[in-house]
Amino acid sequence: MIDALTGAVADACARHTTDPDTPAELNAPLWEALDQIGVLGLGVDEEKGGSGGGLEELVAVLGVLGENAAAVPFAETGLAAWILAEAGVQVPEGRLTVAVSDGLEVATGTDGTVEVSATLPRVPWGEAAEHVVVLSGTTLAVVARDQYQVTSAQNMAGEPRDTLVLAGARPVGGQTWPVPAGLTQAHEQRLSVLRMAQMAGAARRALDLSVHYASERQQFGRSIDRFQSVQHQLASLASEVLVCRTAAKSASLALTRGDATFALAAARVAAAQAAGVVAKLAHQVHGAIGFTEEHTLRLSTTRLWAWRDENGSVHQHASLVGQQALDAGPDSLWDLLVRA
Amino acid sequence: MDFMNLQAVALPESAEQLRREVRAFLAEELASGRIQMRPDQWLAGWDEEFSKRLGARGWIGMAFPREYGGTEAGALARFVVTEELLAAGAPVAAHWIADRQSGQALMKFGTEEQRQTFLPAIARGECYFAIGMSEPDTGSDLASVRTRATRVEGGWELEGTKIWTSGAHHAHAMIALVRTEPVTERRHAGLSQMIVELPDPSIEIRPIRLLTGEHHFNEVVFNRTFVPDSRVLGQPGSGWMQVTSELGLERSGPERILSTFPLLVEAVRHLSRAGATPDRVRLGELVSRLWVLRQMSLAVAGRIEEGEDPAVAAAIVKDLGTQFEGLLVETTRLLVDIAPDPASEALLPHMLSESLIHSPAFTLRGGTNEILRGIISKAVTAA
Repeated sequence: MIDALTGAVADACARHTTDPDTPAELNAPLWEALDQIGVLGLGVDEEKGGSGGGLEELVAVLGVLGENAAAVPFAETGLAAWILAEAGVQVPEGRLTVAVSDGLEVATGTDGTVEVSATLPRVPWGEAAEHVVVLSGTTLAVVARDQYQVTSAQNMAGEPRDTLVLAGARPVGGQTWPVPAGLTQAHEQRLSVLRMAQMAGAARRALDLSVHYASERQQFGRSIDRFQSVQHQLASLASEVLVCRTAAKSASLALTRGDATFALAAARVAAAQAAGVVAKLAHQVHGAIGFTEEHTLRLSTTRLWAWRDENGSVHQHASLVGQQALDAGPDSLWDLLVRA
Repeated sequence: MDFMNLQAVALPESAEQLRREVRAFLAEELASGRIQMRPDQWLAGWDEEFSKRLGARGWIGMAFPREYGGTEAGALARFVVTEELLAAGAPVAAHWIADRQSGQALMKFGTEEQRQTFLPAIARGECYFAIGMSEPDTGSDLASVRTRATRVEGGWELEGTKIWTSGAHHAHAMIALVRTEPVTERRHAGLSQMIVELPDPSIEIRPIRLLTGEHHFNEVVFNRTFVPDSRVLGQPGSGWMQVTSELGLERSGPERILSTFPLLVEAVRHLSRAGATPDRVRLGELVSRLWVLRQMSLAVAGRIEEGEDPAVAAAIVKDLGTQFEGLLVETTRLLVDIAPDPASEALLPHMLSESLIHSPAFTLRGGTNEILRGIISKAVTAA
């Protein structure tokens, strides 16, 4: 089933390539194609309005989208739908995104209508989304696009990370909802897995581009992949891509099996380190051309650089892993590493 | 790039139960003082009594069928037992080679008589093997071995020298890769494997001491050593194929990641004490890398359990894992601010010194990392 799914998504990506010159713009034809394949509700149970499938399927599909630097809010929409399903809130149609805020103000007007206000920075695909799901402490609100103002901004890869201003916005349903216990943390962990899946895909593309370039680029009368120094860089590059993939898959498995706080943080750090090496080696193999706007390598490497520190920096995750190792102490350190 | 399709492995409850049993056993061994936690014990920790105690519990030869004294527990169960032993720094060198690869080579290519002779003894932790691959002029270029086997009445006569042979001075046998036909343009043809029983008056075993003075390595010289036909392993001439199938097992296991793990345990003990100011980020980076590499090694074991031979993924585990073993030592030095000291009575400075001094071996033994990268890049560029 996974192979059929990823095959269909890869097909759609090939038919509707993302324009490298405008990576911040929504790839609407691809979004529609994904809708037709039926993957948009992936990861949410069918009885809750989704199209079923688990995290494993989601990770596989996101790997393909990451590989193709697809300009669609697939991860964000899936994440938002999952949050709403978990909270027992009706999932709206269309593109969604999620914002976590510590300062959502909720007010009740004289006529009894509920209004919410907040400034939400760096929201992925905030402009292209049709609804934003706001998680703020114990309060959850769903706000439609026509209820908030957008200031566009981008991350290092040129992906939309917009500032949303909600000033007395009327939430969907005229109400807010309570956030079930643990959902905010669970959302962060799920987001971590989704981003790692995208990183694994982007890393894979950086490798494929490097292998291809090294086979074509001629120097000293032969292709540069005939030089042992370049071969060894390709080997190290492939090895670190496998680290990225292992991090994503193992983290995904850990999350489906229970308390995954340690595994998730360790995976994030490991994936981030590996992504850094992948980007570095891919650029080294490509020489100067990979460092230009005209080459598509940048679509993969800038994503790796951006994603590894989003939603909790590597510093935070490494610090957490270090603290957990110290808390476990000498007698339980090993158990911390292997605990299922 | 098939090697990219590693799947995360969820160990079954039976494996976790096994893990608890091994831990309880090791806790008792450590508490009684019968064994001590030390780094790099799969090379340096030769303890025949400990091997026999493991054998009695069915934790050696787990990959062998029952009729040969094994438990048929499979690759994942074996993975759990070996990683617990390594993490505890237990002395496993005596049976390590026999359990990891020689026994499995006998299973795959051996005659019924050979299996009956060696496997049950290996599984009891009583029979130890050495690897007979490298030679003075043959390190990474294994096909260039020059030890010659000449046909004689009832068997073969060996002439030549093997080197870096860990444990040959204690082992009961070595599986030697020898040339049974002259070299032709097909360098990989004409090689054979032979089981050479030790000791033997025609075989000279000379110690090669490590820079610490420790004796693990040997030079093994065959002086017209007779090997009967009954001790030829597999088909004469198929040595290359046989030996490469052994290498997959040799490269992906947890011993390529965990050789220095006991040092990290001691470092964490030091950093957990009152008043310590540990660098959590640096420690966290190290532990995270270990987590993902173990996951990768486990995923390779999952492939072996399915009956596959994941040679390229195994090479990746060994390249990254052995680099990590060295990184652990370097990072620990920065974390603890303690000078390595082989004479120290305290564990941490002593272990630091021991780990540092063993560290050049990590990226050499079992195929240099440069050779491994050659294997990986070939698979990458062939795609």
